[in-house]
Amino acid sequence: MDRRDSIKALVIGTVTAGTLLDACKTEDKKKTGDAAADSKAAGIEDRMPEEVEYNKELQAEKFFTDHEFATITVLADIIIPKDDVSGSASDAKVADFIEFIVKDMPHHQTPMRGGLRWLDLQCLKRYEKPFRDCSSQQQIEMVDQIAYPRKAKPEMQQGVTFFNLMRNLTVTGFYTTKIGYDDVGFVGNRPNQWNGVPPEVLKQYNMAYTEKELKECISYDKA
Amino acid sequence: MGELQIKKQSKKYDAVVVGSGAGGGMAAYVLAKAGLKVCLLEAGPMFDPAKHSSQLKNAWESPRRGASTKFRPFGDFDGSFWGWQIDGEPFTTTQGTQWDWWRARMLGGRTNHWGRISLRFGPNDFKRKSIDGLGEDWPISYEDIKPYYDNVDKLIGVFGTNEGLYNDPDGFFLPPPRPRLHELFIKKAGQQAGIPVIPSRLSILTKAINNERGSCFYCSQCGRSCKVYADFSSSSVLVIPALKTGNLDLVTNAMAREVLTNNEGLATGVSYVDKTDLQEYQVSGKVVILGASTCETARLLLNSKSQRHPNGLANSSNAVGKYLHDSTGAGMGGFVPTLFNRKRYNEDGVGGMHVYTPWWLDNKKLDFPRGYHIEYGGGMEMPMYGFSWGIESMNGDYAVNGVKKEAGGYGKSLKEDVRFFYGAHVGMAGRGEAVARIDNYCEIDPDVVDKYGIPVLRFNVKHSDYEIKQAKHMKETFREILHNMGAVITWGDKDDEKNMWGLNPPGNIIHEAGTVRMGADSKTSPLNKWAQAYDCKNLFCVDGSVFTSQADKNITWTILALSMRTSEHIVDELKKQNI
Repeated sequence: MDRRDSIKALVIGTVTAGTLLDACKTEDKKKTGDAAADSKAAGIEDRMPEEVEYNKELQAEKFFTDHEFATITVLADIIIPKDDVSGSASDAKVADFIEFIVKDMPHHQTPMRGGLRWLDLQCLKRYEKPFRDCSSQQQIEMVDQIAYPRKAKPEMQQGVTFFNLMRNLTVTGFYTTKIGYDDVGFVGNRPNQWNGVPPEVLKQYNMAYTEKELKECISYDKA
Repeated sequence: MGELQIKKQSKKYDAVVVGSGAGGGMAAYVLAKAGLKVCLLEAGPMFDPAKHSSQLKNAWESPRRGASTKFRPFGDFDGSFWGWQIDGEPFTTTQGTQWDWWRARMLGGRTNHWGRISLRFGPNDFKRKSIDGLGEDWPISYEDIKPYYDNVDKLIGVFGTNEGLYNDPDGFFLPPPRPRLHELFIKKAGQQAGIPVIPSRLSILTKAINNERGSCFYCSQCGRSCKVYADFSSSSVLVIPALKTGNLDLVTNAMAREVLTNNEGLATGVSYVDKTDLQEYQVSGKVVILGASTCETARLLLNSKSQRHPNGLANSSNAVGKYLHDSTGAGMGGFVPTLFNRKRYNEDGVGGMHVYTPWWLDNKKLDFPRGYHIEYGGGMEMPMYGFSWGIESMNGDYAVNGVKKEAGGYGKSLKEDVRFFYGAHVGMAGRGEAVARIDNYCEIDPDVVDKYGIPVLRFNVKHSDYEIKQAKHMKETFREILHNMGAVITWGDKDDEKNMWGLNPPGNIIHEAGTVRMGADSKTSPLNKWAQAYDCKNLFCVDGSVFTSQADKNITWTILALSMRTSEHIVDELKKQNI
């Protein structure tokens, strides 16, 4: 098989496996039923039976209360708001990801639940309201107390630790979506021909391939 | 399990092979192609990369965004079923020791998992005792195995370059891919330090070699297994083609229990439990070939006790389970500030590094006896779980687009930081040779069985001064390379003698070998130079267990070459009716 054939074989072979190759996206939806779409959404196709069972159990559980979930949604949108480049954490459904991941990784559960409660208590003391019911201005005031690890007051340290985790989960949850890939400019994960670092980039860093490399390495230079 | 009985297969095979990884897969392939009737037992389910690979999935197609689970410790898209633990299949360690044991349960075994790094051992690697007085020489030399390396190169395919290095021999290479940007930085930094950085040698097809397998389309995901068979997995390259001969019967979900022997002490077949119906089965053959993995093969032999083999099969030397040694490992990494805010393009390349560093020094001038090679990583990789984790420890130290900011933060400014730092990280890891020692071993735990009632292994392995000093040297090398690149080190730089210079625990590098070693003396080694048991002439081993010693190289290519050599010998001997 040459490369063109192998890419063709790949596209055909993955119709049922459900990759997001643009070429087979719509066809994919037509050919597989709702059940297959469901199992794909749950990430359970081509898994061992033990994995399928485990993923199903996690999907069926609910960890955060509605109040906690709403608070996470507000915080996530403060951490990743819409800007000129891309949408917000809500647009990327980051809260849903956090709900799943704390079930999958129980070591995040108490730091998240306890951290949210810590935050609400701080806000009750300051503003007589839980965080989510505070005004936007009050929310930002509060967040500013815990968002900067090196200048936060010592008594805010638990909040800093919580916000670090919240920031990390939000950033990871956002940038592992289609919106996030486009935001950061990730353009891989598709069939292509690697022909080395683009010439203008080599030039930018004052690098060049050696004669030996140009002779020995696989080349897709146009003749 | 009301009516437990043993079901004996009536068919008599020429050979029964246990394990479908690199060693077992190659044996099944060679024998089936030669027209022999072969039965292959695999403890896990069927796996065909063309149908079952997670290749080209995006992070969001996993609910955990590609994070690991106990089922897939190297991430939700990794090709390998199971890993550091298997439910219902425990193992133990003696007090004060640690052993990490990777077990894959699926067609192709651990070839679904590995980095496709395909390095020949060199002439020195077979004669280490003659060079430094430690361990034992192999009963074969490089010249004995060279023709098989050549044939493995041609049959399976590997890219690389002929560099004329004595102990990193030339081969039949496909063209390698050009280095990535950070790899050019590494190469330059290595040159400044006198450290060679040359094209890597990976079993990935940059050009098609036959009509059954495609060529690489550069998604960098060999670890997920390849839908067009453009890299080496035992399933796609060996077992599935062997099945097409009609001479191979594959039994999946078959957990081998014992090698069966007769009154003369010869092997007659293998007993196994079928994991799907939990019934006991026996399959018989003229020859039994073990490729269950270094430690599972030793376990199988030690569990195969009989009147003729009271100590376990092929174990009159008492060496089965001994001399267990893994590659050493240590790493370091950080980021390269000159790569901040870099231009975006598809940098995926092949699955793994495009350049590496073979061992370049003379151990006679150093305070440790064996060498290591260096593997490299970095660049604009696919965002997965953990992406940009810990940005609060980075974004306060470097001006982002010219503006120095307070560490941490949120909002539009944080999004700017993520974009700015993306693709600037670089990492490296040493993989070195440990010395095979009699006091590093696995044995049968007298108290513990798995859920099938099979006695399990207990490990007793420790690093020695040889490995610890080597790790110290690795760290010094990494620091020099990173310094020369202008990199800021963020991990792996805080190790010292108290934590053995950050050495990975034994077993963690997943290159273990040596438990059923080949040797010239039957009193100290279970296998002769054909990997044939001294005590049982129709029993052969074809996995990492047969290694007399490691090298500063990954062992898969040598497993394949040795298995091919042993398997061709078996074909000859069966023809001559010697076995």
